[in-house]
Amino acid sequence: MSAPLLEVRGLQTHYFSFGGSRIVKAVENVSFVLRKGETLGLVGESGCGKTTTCLSIVGLLPPAARVVGGEIRLNGADLTKKSPREMRRIRGRAIAMILQDPMASLNPLFSIYTQVAEPAYYHLGMRRRPLRQRVQELLRAVRIPSPAMRMRGYPHQMSGGMRQRIVGAIALAGGPKLIIADEPTTNLDVTIQAQYLDLLMDLQQETGVALIFVTHNLGIVAKMCDRMAVMYAGRIVESGAVRDLFSAPKHPYTKALLGSVAKLGSKEPLYAIPGQPPDLARPPTGCAFHPRCADAMPRCATQDPEDVQCGPEWTARCWLPQRAGRGGS
Amino acid sequence: MSITTTPRVIEVHRPSQVRRWVGDLPLLPLIILVPFILAAVFADFIAPYDPTEPVRGAKIFEPPFWMEGGSTATLLGTDFQGRDSLSRLIFGARVSLIVGLMGTVVAGGLGTAFGILSGYLGGWVDQAIMRLTDAWLALPALVFAIFLAAVVGPSMWNIVIILGLVYWTRYARVIRGEVLSLREREYVQLAEIAGASSLRVILRHILPNVLNTAMVLASLTIGVVIIAEASLSFLGVGVPPPEPAWGLMLSEARSTLMAGKWWLTVFPGACILLVVLATQLLGDWLRIRLDPQQRNL
Amino acid sequence: MTAPMLEVDNVRKYFPVGTGAFWQRKTAWVKAVEGINFTIAAAETLGLIGESGCGKTTTAKLILLQERPTAGTIRFDGEDVGALKGPALMRYRRSVQVVFQDPFGSLSPRMRVANIIAEPLEIHTKLSRSAMRERVSEVLELVGMRPDVADLFPHEFSGGQRQRIAIARALATNTRLIVLDEPVSALDVSIRAQIITQLEQLQQRLGVSYLFIGHDLATVAHISHRIAVMYLGQIVESADSTELCASPLHPYTQALLIAALPAHPDAKRERLALSGEIPSALAPPSGCRFHTRCPRAMPRCTDEVPVSRQVAPGHAVACHLY
Repeated sequence: MSAPLLEVRGLQTHYFSFGGSRIVKAVENVSFVLRKGETLGLVGESGCGKTTTCLSIVGLLPPAARVVGGEIRLNGADLTKKSPREMRRIRGRAIAMILQDPMASLNPLFSIYTQVAEPAYYHLGMRRRPLRQRVQELLRAVRIPSPAMRMRGYPHQMSGGMRQRIVGAIALAGGPKLIIADEPTTNLDVTIQAQYLDLLMDLQQETGVALIFVTHNLGIVAKMCDRMAVMYAGRIVESGAVRDLFSAPKHPYTKALLGSVAKLGSKEPLYAIPGQPPDLARPPTGCAFHPRCADAMPRCATQDPEDVQCGPEWTARCWLPQRAGRGGS
Repeated sequence: MSITTTPRVIEVHRPSQVRRWVGDLPLLPLIILVPFILAAVFADFIAPYDPTEPVRGAKIFEPPFWMEGGSTATLLGTDFQGRDSLSRLIFGARVSLIVGLMGTVVAGGLGTAFGILSGYLGGWVDQAIMRLTDAWLALPALVFAIFLAAVVGPSMWNIVIILGLVYWTRYARVIRGEVLSLREREYVQLAEIAGASSLRVILRHILPNVLNTAMVLASLTIGVVIIAEASLSFLGVGVPPPEPAWGLMLSEARSTLMAGKWWLTVFPGACILLVVLATQLLGDWLRIRLDPQQRNL
Repeated sequence: MTAPMLEVDNVRKYFPVGTGAFWQRKTAWVKAVEGINFTIAAAETLGLIGESGCGKTTTAKLILLQERPTAGTIRFDGEDVGALKGPALMRYRRSVQVVFQDPFGSLSPRMRVANIIAEPLEIHTKLSRSAMRERVSEVLELVGMRPDVADLFPHEFSGGQRQRIAIARALATNTRLIVLDEPVSALDVSIRAQIITQLEQLQQRLGVSYLFIGHDLATVAHISHRIAVMYLGQIVESADSTELCASPLHPYTQALLIAALPAHPDAKRERLALSGEIPSALAPPSGCRFHTRCPRAMPRCTDEVPVSRQVAPGHAVACHLY
């Protein structure tokens, strides 16, 4: 087993508002490991903390939020201890981000060339001809037709799918080892999304970059990811290989999520999870999911479960597998 | 699986709406305005003398009581006719505030109505009203007001209507813009699809949602109307004498300022200043208050 | 055979694109909908699926009378909807309602839930206050909410709950057809299942029909009895939903199925053979509008517009391959 590229251990990020009187525990004791070239799917619904986790990793939390505990090790170095200046050298170079809305990610006033060249210019110190060649290479890699012509154009001249691919080119420009993609295909049409995901997978094969793919869409995880971590109320409730979780999920939330998604061509009734995700300012006692859990036991209301090993690199944060015996039912 | 849901009433740390409002009242504007409002309402009881009659036993041009020659009987002195300044200021508050408020209501009412019709109905109605607004705006406000006052003759209610007619255009423009965007909101479309008549949509959906903007606009422009009234009285075409009005007091005392009778101009001027300042601050507070609340929804 | 409840007959909708400051000179037309045909029967769900620019939103607007067709007829219970006036028009309006995508924009922020739901009743009926109140409680229970939430304001509810309120409102007047325009796309995954299940139950219980517009094929196929696939203003294929997913005939439908994400990592999927971007509706390609991206395009496709043909009972395709 090679040393991991990214190791997050016990990460805690809280939002402070109303002068510190109201604390939202957005990320609570999150741990996961990512190896070189691997794709991790970070799955969860809105408010579960997946975006906050990503922002914590790249150090771009809003002023009201702070990492209050845990460590984030990139190739051994703890990112939570880095100064803003050091983080700026890491962002765009070692870690790149792709966000959801391509229109908001691209500056309408600058040409495509300027924006794609920027990371290479600042982080790799490239200039003039090598820089131009690099930009063309990148645009070709993300399958933009006629790159030499296109790079002189502006974002508003492109369609949504193309813009998102340009955002991908910008992410690759600095030669990152890790790309964090936060719901990049939510605003794209279905066929455009499929093309984009195929592109991402190909690029990963070519460059060996590791990918954290944040999404609420389990289909994307099934298609693209090697491993997945399911988040709920700021905690990772289950994480392991995608194949394992899809075939035999151990956590009730994972099971419920998988059961609630419509399968193509099947009219099987959907499993509707009752209730609502919790208010993170006043989370329930014990296990955060217990008010909505079909298999909740009395213990779940009082004690927050710990991680249970269900297999090599497979953990679930639940009391059920323990009750059923070692290794889960 | 039962799917009956219980609503998660988002209590958060929000006390009831009313309590939140009361807790954040803007102190400064209210400290200034409340005394003036009280003075205007209870003028008959508070004012020491009749503002239109000279004070018996007092001289003309008596200075305020802390100066030499003044007396505590006439706290802020007397004017060229021997009338008590304080009483005139108190009664003047009534005129200024009533005219200011009513004038704003008329202007706001007219402007909002035009704005809604223009924005919601669109088409030639919109074009007609907008061209009318353009033309009206081209007229210089005060000159127009003077012209109207000269034509219909000055009286308090005439002035109110005149000021309303002069200042409605600023509402019309802004409200129209707001209505244009409201029209596209889904809940408005839903009402139209359900078969609601235009009148119903306007009254039920559009009007309540533009009221916020209208109120903010009103509080910001009430100062303008008060100054306009003061200007009209200053020029002699406002509320006719002997009814006291601050602008009129300024006009009457203009010639005596150089003669050293400063209290006859400074006090009315200060009153105008304070009231306008207070309404501006209030309007600002309202604007900030009402905006983010809308966004929270 | 009785006439279907809703019949869309060869409907076209062109939007003018004008220039000029005062009077718009029509210089071009956006051909948003180009000759579509479909029917919806009582207690049936027709799914309408397609990507941006396919015309599904315009179709919804035409049925809701927010727009008038440029050509063709829409019939409800056999009557031409475009010719309705007065009481007949009101009858149509109370029978056909809509639920929009955005749960936060659909409910008037300054009205209580009771008033929001009662509004169609106020418009169409002369019920007394208490009768309306009763009906409001009735529909709230139908959508799985407690009747005492009627006094609250919309901002006190979550997205999923608001959609339920929107559905309750749509049902208030014994509606026969609800147009659902991407009703679950803005909701969380676990809430989507709640709403879809609720809609299906309501259909079984009340016999209401749905026109379900969506972009996620799996969800649309789950709730719909039949599906019509739209591309650039035309219906390229329509069939029973299970059959469409099992044996799609039109290359575009096949592409949509390939693009639809797998349910399990082991489910093998071929790569998408589709290339290029969706063309603009201002200048749609000649002949078959799909030919510029079609992996199986023939020379004929550039010249001739394919006609929709029944290739199996209930299964129609518009493609030169058949």
